[in-house]
Parts: sequence; C-alpha cells; structure tokens
Amino acid sequence: MKLAQYIVQRVFAYFLVLFVGITITFFLPRLMPGDPINNYISQVQARAGQSLSAEAVQQLRDSLAELYGLQGNLFTQYINYLKRVVRLDFGPSFTYYPEPVSEILLESMPWTAGLLLTTTLLSWLIGNGIGLIAGYYNKRRAAAVLEFIGIVLYPIPYYILALVVILILAYWLGLFPLSPTFLPGPISWNKVVSILYNSFLPALTLVLAGFGWNVLSMKALAIATKEDSYVQFARLKGTTDRTRMVNYVFRNAMLPQITALVLSLGFIFNGALQTEIIFSYPGLGMTMRAAAGAGDYNLLYGSIVITILSVATAALVLDLIYPLFDPRIRLGR
Amino acid sequence: MSAQIKRRKLPKLNARLSIGLTIVILLTVSSLILPFFTSVNPAAQGTYLKNLPPSPKHPLGTNALGQDIFWYLVFSVRNSLLLGVAVSIGITAISTFLGLSAGFIGGWYERIVVVFMDTFITIPVLPVLIVLGAIVRGNTSFVVVAAILIVFGWAWNARTVRSMALSLREREFINMARFSGAGALAIIAREIFPYVYAYMVVNFINTILFAINTEAALAVIGLSNVVVPTLGSIIFWALNYNAIMIGQPLWIIAPIVTTVLLFLGLFLTSTGYNELFAERRGVA
Repeated sequence: MKLAQYIVQRVFAYFLVLFVGITITFFLPRLMPGDPINNYISQVQARAGQSLSAEAVQQLRDSLAELYGLQGNLFTQYINYLKRVVRLDFGPSFTYYPEPVSEILLESMPWTAGLLLTTTLLSWLIGNGIGLIAGYYNKRRAAAVLEFIGIVLYPIPYYILALVVILILAYWLGLFPLSPTFLPGPISWNKVVSILYNSFLPALTLVLAGFGWNVLSMKALAIATKEDSYVQFARLKGTTDRTRMVNYVFRNAMLPQITALVLSLGFIFNGALQTEIIFSYPGLGMTMRAAAGAGDYNLLYGSIVITILSVATAALVLDLIYPLFDPRIRLGR
Repeated sequence: MSAQIKRRKLPKLNARLSIGLTIVILLTVSSLILPFFTSVNPAAQGTYLKNLPPSPKHPLGTNALGQDIFWYLVFSVRNSLLLGVAVSIGITAISTFLGLSAGFIGGWYERIVVVFMDTFITIPVLPVLIVLGAIVRGNTSFVVVAAILIVFGWAWNARTVRSMALSLREREFINMARFSGAGALAIIAREIFPYVYAYMVVNFINTILFAINTEAALAVIGLSNVVVPTLGSIIFWALNYNAIMIGQPLWIIAPIVTTVLLFLGLFLTSTGYNELFAERRGVA
C-alpha cells in the first residue's frame, strides 16, 4: 500500500517537474533581450550583401516565425510549443536544413547516454567502494591518504579536470589522441575498439570528477554507521569484518548516497556537456555548442527539452528502484 | 540520515580551515589590491609584444594577443571572485527566505515552493545558459550572467534550509519561545538564526564555488562574456590560440593552477568551518 503510494507520488512529481521545467524554458528566453529572428535575418543579410529587398526580408521573417512557432500571441505560442514537445517534434534544424531536429538529437543522444551511464555508474561504485573501506578502517594511514585524494579531487571543476587529463595523457605522454576521430561506417570490431579508445579520456574525466564526492561522503557515512548498535551486535555475534562492512554498514550507508546521486544528476549532466565540448566528443554537448554558435534555435530548444527529459527520467528511474534497496518503503513500514 | 547528526570530530579539521582560509585570503587580498598597481587594462590587446617568455617585467610572459598573462590572471581572479560573491549573496537571500518560509508556513505555499525547488534542482543550468547565451549573442553582460545563475542556483540551498526549518519547527525551544509570546519574526531572528547561520556560511562558500565554476565553464566554451577577464575566459583564449602548441604553456597552466588553488581553498574553508562549528555545538 505504502509502496503504491510512493510510486504514484514519484510519477506525479515527475510530470510536474517536466511541465514546470519546460514552461520555464519557454518563457525565460522571451524575457531576454535579443530576437532570434532578427539575429538570423542579419546573418542572412550579411551573407547576401545588400541584395535582399524589403519584401524578401518580410517573407523570410514570416516563414521563420512559422518555422519557429512564433505566430500568434504568447499563449497560442505556448500551447503550440507544448504540443510540439509532446510529439518531440522541434521542426527542422537551420544548420542542417531540412534535417529534423529530432533526428539530429537521436544521433547524438546515444553518445551522451552511453558515456554518462557508464561513468556515473563506475564513479559511484568505485568512489563508494573506496569511501566504504576508508571509513570502515578509518584509523589506518591509507584511509587518510584516500581522504586526501578525495578532498583534492572533489572541488575541481569538470573543465579543469578535462584539460589536465588532455595535457598529461594526450599531450605530454601521447597515449591518447588530442581530439577523437571515430571510424565511420557500420558497427565492426575495429569501430567498437576505436570508440572505446577515443572515449577513454572523457570517461576518465567524468569518473574522476564524481569520485571525490563519493569517497568523502561515503567515508563520513561509514564512520558514523559502523558505530551503530546493530553493527556492534553483529561484531559480538562473530561476523567477519567483510560481512559487517558490506552487509551491515554499506547496506545502510548507501541509501543517502543513492538520494545524493538523484539530486546531483543535473550537475553531472552539466559536467558531461562541458567535457564533451572540450574533447569534441560527438554527443549532445557538442550538438548544443555547435547549435549555439550557428544560432540554430530549433536545435537548441530540442536539446534543452531532451536534457530536462533525460535528467528527470533518470531521477525517476532511480527513485523507482530505490524501494529495492530500502525495505522500509517496500514493506510499508 | 543519521550521519549528518553524528558528525565525528577529526583532529586535522582545523588544519583544513587554516589552510583553506590562508589560500582564500591570499588570493582575495592580492587580487583586490594588485590591480591598483597597474595602469594598463589587462584585456586590451597588443599592449606588449606577443608571446614573450617569462621575465621580471612579465612574470608569466605575454600571450598571443599581446596581453600580460600575470596581470590578466590577477584581474580574472578578482572578477570571478566578485561574480561569485554577488551571486552567492543573491542566492543566500532568496534560498533562506523561501526555505524558511516554506518550512514554517507549510500547506499549499510549501507544496508550490517544493515543486519549483525540485524543478530547478532537476534542470541542468548549463544547457539553459547555453540557450540564453545564444539568444543574446555576445551581449551577455556580466550582470545578466549573474542574474541567471541566481535564478537557476537557489533551489539547492533552499532545499537544505527548508529541511532545517522542518526539523527546527518541532524543537522544544521554539515552542518555548512561542509560548512565551515571541512573534514569528523574533523567533526567526533570535532562536532560529543563531542555529542556522553556520550552515548559511557553509552554503554561502559553496555557492561562490558553484557560481565561479558555472560562469567559468560557460566562458571556457566561449558562451559567456569572454571579453571580461575571468578564470574561464583566460582559458578560452588560451585554448583558442593553442597556448601549448605555440610554446606558451604558462598561459593555460597558470589559470589551471590558480583555479585549483582557489577551489581547494574555498572547499577546505567550508568543510573546515562546518566541522569547527559541529565541535562547538557539541554534536561532534
């Protein structure tokens, strides 16, 4: 009963967050100075010299307004926008006209999703594993060393980590390419290898970035949890250190860590975008950067909706599997 | 989350605070005072010969734009810090107000605030900033960047403040004050504020980190106002002119080292202060 209530609550909150988020991204740019259509027209004029007549400009303006969904008053625009979002139809891209935005996004999403899923999972597992050991054996010298590494890594921003990784591993040691080149064509063994090889540095950056926080917070949680009476009881029962550490301390200490992961998904996504752009990795980040440079607003809008959608969905999925780890919710106590 | 209550005393924590404060004060004071000793605008291009090696006159050399790298860096640190502090003041004010009021008023008001909080925590800031940056196209004034950071950054802090308010609401000493006839404002000022201000200091510092980081990230990819020297724009130009390939590695290494130092300093200060306060409160 309690579980059903929990799930309904989460799903309801999910749709509410999506709705509010998409509404904000609709209205906020309209509060900003600057007009995308004027920008675009001045671009076209610059390219065409002064050869465009006033009528041609007006025609261009009308067709652009239609393409952008900028006809009618603010309210009809908003309703049209919501309809487009529901159908995931963001119109054609300007830079790759007439390719629809949704197709471009479909090409870049797997790159970002693959990179993010692997690295988030890896850095959560490795970071928490190391944090657990450092917290459980917090009297040992090695624990202090691990904590030191966590402290130094945690506050460093993604783009700095990315640059340091490039400088050291690609530039000075020459182990990896400075910018990735992926083999074109159908999936083959060589292609898979080249993807893994070229994705290694961005992946390393993301793992390192998430690592520090996980180590530090897991260590603090493990130290606090191992003093709890049920862990002491388990010790008196004669369980091994390993059993207590994994089945007693970790089982409990991981719950706040899952919650923390849900809350930091947006932040991790930011980091992935930065990292992709610095490494020229062909995911959503690069797509957004290119679209921003070219003033391709349909593509930008599409990307931001997809971003909100994926972060919110990832959070929902984590929320929904949370009861598997927390019997208090599963069993309704 | 029992871990938060049972924060443990660690002996080296005051070391953290002192190291952190030393770094932060050193960087802040020097970046605020040094600009008075130069009459040259560090962002002006072609002031000096290009790509000079480090010398007594140019401690870090000059870059491919004919700017002195050292002075550009000094102004970058100052601007980034000013932006960080300004954004943090805005965010702290908004989040404290919304968090406390949501926690204490409750009801529909709280529900609405929580929905917005959840939304703003979920929406990643960077894509929004990229879109807005593309719309205003190079006219992104520094003030606009700061305003957007405030609009998209308040939620995390408000969440912490609200959960604090929720736990405080039920405490005995609050009831005690209420029964003795204290008004809501008096309770917030005299009973709650002393309790939450340490967290506010920690949040304040962390928000400075958030603001500097986000602006710099935006600048590195060329979508903030890269004409203003900041810790991000200096890296943007260095990357654009391939600082390493043209033999001016200091152009990119100096800002990287400075950023790491500043962030480490701020982080150590915030965690060190947190632990110090936990000790004093006797929860340690």
